[in-house]
Order: sequence, then C-alpha cells, then structure tokens
Amino acid sequence: MSGNWLIRGGTVYDPLNGITGKVKDIYVKNGKIVNKIDEFDIKIFDATGMIVAPGNVEIHSHIAGPKLTAGRILRPEDHIKDPVKAKHSLRSGCGFSVPSTFITAYRYLSLGYTTLMEAAVPPLEARHALDELEDMPVVDKGMYILMGNNNIIFSLLRKKEYKKAKEFVGWLLNATGGYGIKIVNPGGTDSWKWGKIFNSLSDETDWNIKPIEIVKLLAESAEEFKLPHPIHFHTYNIGFPGNYKAALDTISKLKEYRAHLTHFQFYCYGGDSWNNFRSESVKVAEEIRKCPNITVDMGQVLFENTTTMTADTPWQFNLHKISKNRWVSADVENETGSGIVPYTYKSTNPVNVIQWATGLELALLLDPWHIFLTTDSPNGGPFFLYPQVIEWLTSEEARKKIIDKLSPRIKKRMYLPNIHRELSLADIITMMSAGTAKALGLKNKGHLGIGADADIAVYKSKESISKTLSKVNFLLKGGKLVVKDGEIVDAVGNGKLLRVVTNVEDSSLEKYIKEYFDMYYSINFSNYKVEHDYFKNEEVVPCGGSI
Amino acid sequence: MKKIDNVICPFCGCLCDDLSIRIENNKIISVEKGCSISKSLFLNHDKDLALPTVYGEKTSIKESVKEAVNILSSKKHTLIYGLSSTSIETQRIALELAEFLGGSIDQTSSVCHGPTVLATQQTGINTCTLGEVKNRADVVLFWGSNPLESHQRHYKRYSLFPKGMFIPNGRKSRKLIVADVRPTNSSKLADIFLQIDIGKDYEVINVLRLLLKGKKPTSDIVGGIEVKKLKDLLDVMLSANYGVIFFGMGLTMTKGKYHNVEAAISLVRELNFHTRWSIEAMRGHYNVKGAGSVFSWQTGFPYAVNFSLGYPRYNPGEFSAVDLLRRKEVDSMLVIASDPAAAFPHKAVKNMMDIPLIVIDPKVSISSKIADVIIPTAQVGIGTAGTAYRMDGIPLRMKKLISSPYPSDVDVLSSILSGIKEVKK
Repeated sequence: MSGNWLIRGGTVYDPLNGITGKVKDIYVKNGKIVNKIDEFDIKIFDATGMIVAPGNVEIHSHIAGPKLTAGRILRPEDHIKDPVKAKHSLRSGCGFSVPSTFITAYRYLSLGYTTLMEAAVPPLEARHALDELEDMPVVDKGMYILMGNNNIIFSLLRKKEYKKAKEFVGWLLNATGGYGIKIVNPGGTDSWKWGKIFNSLSDETDWNIKPIEIVKLLAESAEEFKLPHPIHFHTYNIGFPGNYKAALDTISKLKEYRAHLTHFQFYCYGGDSWNNFRSESVKVAEEIRKCPNITVDMGQVLFENTTTMTADTPWQFNLHKISKNRWVSADVENETGSGIVPYTYKSTNPVNVIQWATGLELALLLDPWHIFLTTDSPNGGPFFLYPQVIEWLTSEEARKKIIDKLSPRIKKRMYLPNIHRELSLADIITMMSAGTAKALGLKNKGHLGIGADADIAVYKSKESISKTLSKVNFLLKGGKLVVKDGEIVDAVGNGKLLRVVTNVEDSSLEKYIKEYFDMYYSINFSNYKVEHDYFKNEEVVPCGGSI
Repeated sequence: MKKIDNVICPFCGCLCDDLSIRIENNKIISVEKGCSISKSLFLNHDKDLALPTVYGEKTSIKESVKEAVNILSSKKHTLIYGLSSTSIETQRIALELAEFLGGSIDQTSSVCHGPTVLATQQTGINTCTLGEVKNRADVVLFWGSNPLESHQRHYKRYSLFPKGMFIPNGRKSRKLIVADVRPTNSSKLADIFLQIDIGKDYEVINVLRLLLKGKKPTSDIVGGIEVKKLKDLLDVMLSANYGVIFFGMGLTMTKGKYHNVEAAISLVRELNFHTRWSIEAMRGHYNVKGAGSVFSWQTGFPYAVNFSLGYPRYNPGEFSAVDLLRRKEVDSMLVIASDPAAAFPHKAVKNMMDIPLIVIDPKVSISSKIADVIIPTAQVGIGTAGTAYRMDGIPLRMKKLISSPYPSDVDVLSSILSGIKEVKK
C-alpha cells in the first residue's frame, strides 16, 4: 500500500527542524517526504487534532540473536503469561520480557517505532542475529557489533599495530553487516573466561594492555572511518554501589572523542555497599552536561519481572550470586561472552527503588538531545512498557505515587523527590526519535523534513502525554501504510538492514586474520564473513572515511 | 573437474567446515578431511534418492505437492515433525505452516536432548563455543557420550587434540575423563574412566556435588564407584583452569532423564564458584540446534508446540510427537528431513501408518516407505544452500555444491503453504 499520501491538518512535532506543535500538511511520495504533490492519485489521512511525529528510532534494545534465544528457551513461564494470537497477516507468538521476533516488531510498531538497533551481537554469531531480524517485519534494523573483548584487536594492540587494528575494526563491520561498534566492559568479559573479575579502564589485562587503549582505538576507528554512530559503550563496574566514579572516570577519559554511553542509569550509584546504596545522578549529569560529544540513554528500570542479559559476564555472575536466580552464561571464542539472569525489580526493595529514581533523575536533569528513552530492554524492563516511563517523566504526580510510599530514609538516598520538572511532548518525541536518529547519524530518519524517509507516526491526542504516545493511531513506514485506526493492518515484508561499509584497503590484513583464525578459531576463516544472501534488503549508510 | 574447499558437512552437530570436495559432471567424486560418515554421505549423495510418490504411484513433484495440499487443508490436527536436518530457512516456513494449520509442531530434540531443555529451564546453563574448548579447556569430561562413533571428528577438531591459545601442546595439555556404563572406543583414550552402574548417573553426579560442598555421602560406593575415586576426580576437576563437560544421550535418555542433566548442569554451576567450567550437549543432527532456535524466536518455545488456540502453547508430554501419536490425537502428519519411523516407539509408528503421512526428504527412509505422499527435495549443503547452527550455536552458511533434480525444502514448503492458503481463502 505504498503510494502518495497527504497527512492533512495534524499538529506536527518535528524537533530536528524546530517544529513543535504547528498545524501543517505532510506530503509523501515514493516512500519519502516531499514538498508537494501535483498528482491526483493521492491518499489523504485527516490528522486534524492529532499529533504527527517522526517514526521512533530505538537506540538500544536487545531484540535478536543468540542470547535472546537462550533467554527465550530459559523462560517458558515468562511467555505463558503473555500469549499473542495470530490474526490476518500477523503471526502469533509471545510477549513479555523476551518476546518472540514477530511480536517484538508488532509491539514496537504499535508504539510508533520504525527503526530498531539490536544492542550487542557477537561477530561469530552475526548470522543468527540477522536470521532473527529477518523475522521482524516492516521495521528497519541494524546491529552493534561487540568488539571490546575481541582477541584479534587485543593481539594487534599488544604489538602496537594500531593502523592494522583499526582496519580490522572496519573489516569486521563489513564482514558482519554491522552498523556500529559496541564495547561491553572492555577486558572484563575476556578476563572472566578465567573466572577473574576485572573492572577497570586503567589496569592492565592479561594481554598487557589497558582497556582504555581498546576504547580509544575503537573510538578513533569510528571517527576515522566517519561512522554514522560513534562507539556505543557499556563501561565497567555496572550495577555496583559507588560506581558513579566509574561513570565520571569514563566520561573524563572520553573528552576528546565522540561516544554514546549506554543505559547510564546503571552507573550513577553512590555508597559503598548495598546498605548505603544511593543515587549520584546529579554528579554524573553535571559531567555529561559539559560534554557535547557524548550522548547517553536511560536504561530505566520498571517494577517488573524481567530477563537481564548482557555481554558483561562477570556482572551476570554477580547478579546470580545476589539474586540466587537461574543463570545462563556463554563464552564465545576470541570475541565475547554473555550472561542471562531473570530478575524482579520490586518497589519494596530499597536498591531497586533507588535505581528507579536514578534513571528518572538522569533524564530530568539532562537535555532531551543528550539523553534518550530506553530501558535497555529487557534489562530494566520490556520496551513495550515505555509509556509507563513516559508517564513518570511527564508527570510529577505519577512519580509521587511511588515516592510517597517510601520511607524518609530511602528518600534521602535519591534526588527525585526534589525534582519538579515535567518533560513536554516535544521532549519525549526528541528522546524517542529526533535525538536518537541524530546520535545514530541516520540523516533520513527522526525528522519530517523534505527528503526524509516517510516513517511517520500519528497519535490521537489524549488526556496525558503518556496516554497519547502509548499507541500509534496511524503509521507509515517508508510511505507504506502499517497502522490504521490503531490496528496493524499490514505487517508483511521486510524493512531494511541498515549497515555500514567501510573503506578497508590493506590486503595483508586478511592474511593476518586468517593466520589467527587457523590457530585460535574453531571455524574456517572463509566461512566467517556473512554472505551477501543476508544483505538482500540492505541500505548502506554512508561513512566515507578511511584509516 | 572442480574442487571446492571449506565445505560444511550436513551430518552431525560438529558441522565441520573444512572439507574439500571434488566434483565431476555434477557428481561428488572425492571427499577430503571428512569422517567416514561424512564421506559416505557425500559420495552417495545421488543414491537411494526418494521419488515423488502419491499413494504408492510414482508421479511428479507438482502432483505430490498438490496431494499434500489436499490432505493438509482437509485435516483438523496435523503434526509437523523433524526439521533437524534441514536449514533455518526451512524451519521458519514449517512453523508458519503449523501456525496456519492450527496444528502441532515438534522437532527431533523431543526424543534426544529435550530433557536438556527441561533441565536448562529449571536451572540455567553455563556453556561456551567449541573454540573456547580448543583454546582453554585443560580438562574435558565426556558423560554418556561416545564421540569417536557419534561425532567422529569432535576429539580431533575441538575437544581433545587441537592446540589452542592456552593449550600449546594439544592432547598433552589436556586431561580426558570419560564416564559411561561400559568401555567404548572413546573411553580407551581417557586418562580417567568412570564405569558407572546402569541408571546411576544421577547419584554419582550428586555425590560429586555433595563432595564439592564438603559434605560426606553415607555410603562408600556410589553407582559402582568408590567415593574415594570420586574425591580424586573432583580434585582433578577443581584443578582445571577451564573444564568442559560434554554429555550425550547416556544422560538425557536414560533413567532420570532431565534430572540427570539438571544435576550435571548444577555441578558445573557450582564449580564456577571455584574455577571455570562449561557444559555442552552433544547435539546429534547438524541443525538440531538451529531448530530449537527458530522454534524459540518464533514461538518462545524450543519444541513440542501446539497452535490450536491460535497462539503457541508448549508442553512436552502433551504436544510432543511421540505422545500425540500414541494417544492418536493427530489426524495427519508431515515429516520433514527426519526419519521418525526409524526412531519412534512401535505404537507411535503404528499410528503414523493409520493417518495420512507426507514425507519431505531427499532420500528413501523407513518413514518414506510407509508414507502416503513422498516429496523428494535437494539435500541442504549439497544440492541447495542454507544456514545451520552448530551444536554450540555458531551459525554457518552451507553451500550448494551440485545441482539437484529436486527443489529445495524451502520451495516445497512454500508451495504447500501458499496452496493451502489458496484453498482456505
């Protein structure tokens, strides 16, 4: 149902183009937003009284790949409580914390999302992630490739072969179909393969290199290749009391670089034990505010039973020890690892409620172009509960419902009771679309200017911002009608795989990688690069630079 | 003649990807590096091919697909089964078909490593890719598994002989422990062999757990093994820098089933509080790991799934193939890339014979011999390309080596699905 569209009379929010709440017509032709259409063959959607905004762009969510499947296999009890029936062109499946692939796509579409980024893919298992993304219809999608514990990069760094290491970074993005560089606890996941808990940027790993060297190399690679998105960084010491120092340390070390620091709520904790655990969001927000080169996302927690999953294997071991919950871990040769632990955040648990407050504080203390809405889904809670987060961000009264139940002792350990800011509709739209698209370097997304992809979300105005944004009423994806009257009408066909192709020229590089493969991998080098069959629906996002 | 290197073998869960194949006149004439099973598979690729058949009469692919559509669109509860020896792409469509029919779908884990899934759901699992075994494992323990016969190159490529990053001397840098109910070819190479009384794996593993917790078992002999010997074994396990347990159907399909596996997984988890250990199932068919994955990402559940209420329900014992057949709850069956008639209990097979049975398979099998409709297809990894996931989850893209006279599983299933959609419109 792609065609020419006129979305007439809606109240348009297009933060990137400085439009906040202006009644304006939007024209669509050949999947793009255009100035005006002269043809007669045009479908009209009357958006009078409705909110018209860019399709949302998810910057950090765990949606596809081996750890999702491991999480799904682990948790039948999670699926049973949220079954979803098949209807017309829609497939069946399950929801809740690790939803099936089709339901992931449908629920994102229902929230107005048209572009999704899978947050952590091991290069060796990229085909698996791509296979799952193939079963997420309509949405455009991309992947961040895990590189912070890659042994080939370590070995080149140890030999001080910086140029070759950077070229390898570009090569690896090309080989896997990745969009960006993901770093998770650099050096930490690798060390845990020997059972060592390593949490630092400055100490030497077993490879006689410091994690900060890895981070800088990857940051420089991103810059020199002119990647659309800078390094996407999950730094060290996640989750621990007192880890705001790690946050400040990370920010101070990245002064000269562009970076996206992900699920940053999980790094804003003070105290030195679980007993005096407190929020230090103010100190962290103050530093982030000084850094226009850095963006963050929230990693908000919700009071739900969810499934935590991350490549930060030592932290997941710790969470297993703390929670006594079931634990999955997987070590991936030469590259990374992953851990999965089901977890319930409770409003009666002082640590959880402080985590809850910390995430909201961070968002309320920063500018919406600086911090984006995420729950690090499913780590803080499943993505389709974003409207709940929006309610807390836009309504002090909603926050008070939880704060009022807290003891004064707990309230003293957070800032939220004294923060009165309520975010506006334009702020939230920025945090979900314009800001994330900008941080991702997706020039055709996250706005409604001429030439943008016709990914357009229209919401019915309701009594509150969170209710308005809780369900899209009308949605175009690339000019194709997907949601009408709040129902998905067409979810057949695949969106695009967004990936980068870097300029890597050195032919001796592959020889080096092959030698390494022959010694240390369990598959053949020639079977490593993802075949072109996987890139049938690709859109190569230009990056232009070289090493 | 042409030579193709780094070919992936579509037989067992090892998914070896280093074979060299020579082809002449669209026929494979030699196989280098493959095991004996692999060689036989490739060299006989054009023998015993199934023929398109409807009720015993030879016919065309088109006619056999048409009859499959007739059967499936007129039945109330179809069981789709198999799928472990075909591609991810095929498994995808099979699930869509099961959903559209409102039927049941199961894969071969059901009679193999299904208990491993149940145990994992109870307790989680600590695992690793085979390259970590190659690079790090200095102690490997095979429990109820005989790799030299079932996964012939496993020792060589991954678990015993290869030199790795921290295992400079290969075999010499590793200790091999084998636990089984009888000596096997695989146990002959072991540094430590535990011969366990039949059906006593659960007790032996739990005594190891007890000893690890510093407690004393009440008897001196467990499962035919002296507790003293188990203490020594535990010391070896604790001395590992990185240990790995591989387990086979000697644990999953003997008395205790998922309890055995849960005990083994729990032992590994508890060892991880002292040093590093992983545990891995010795998956049989080359893409059975993939089947569990596709089932899970499309439905949430890895096997034994039913769609009769319009959404996926999971209940091994209720929706597993053997149980559905034994209770005569299905009125038609579609077998894809598997031979249940050779593996299922007698009563289940007998009931398979009583209902319309459609078999999609490159080769003649016991199941195809009792089938009403046979639709031959090209073998994935020989006559058509496709993705498979190795036993440790590493996805590999299998090549098309020769051209097959038959269409792929994907083509056939797509035609069946669109045919049924047409009928039911």
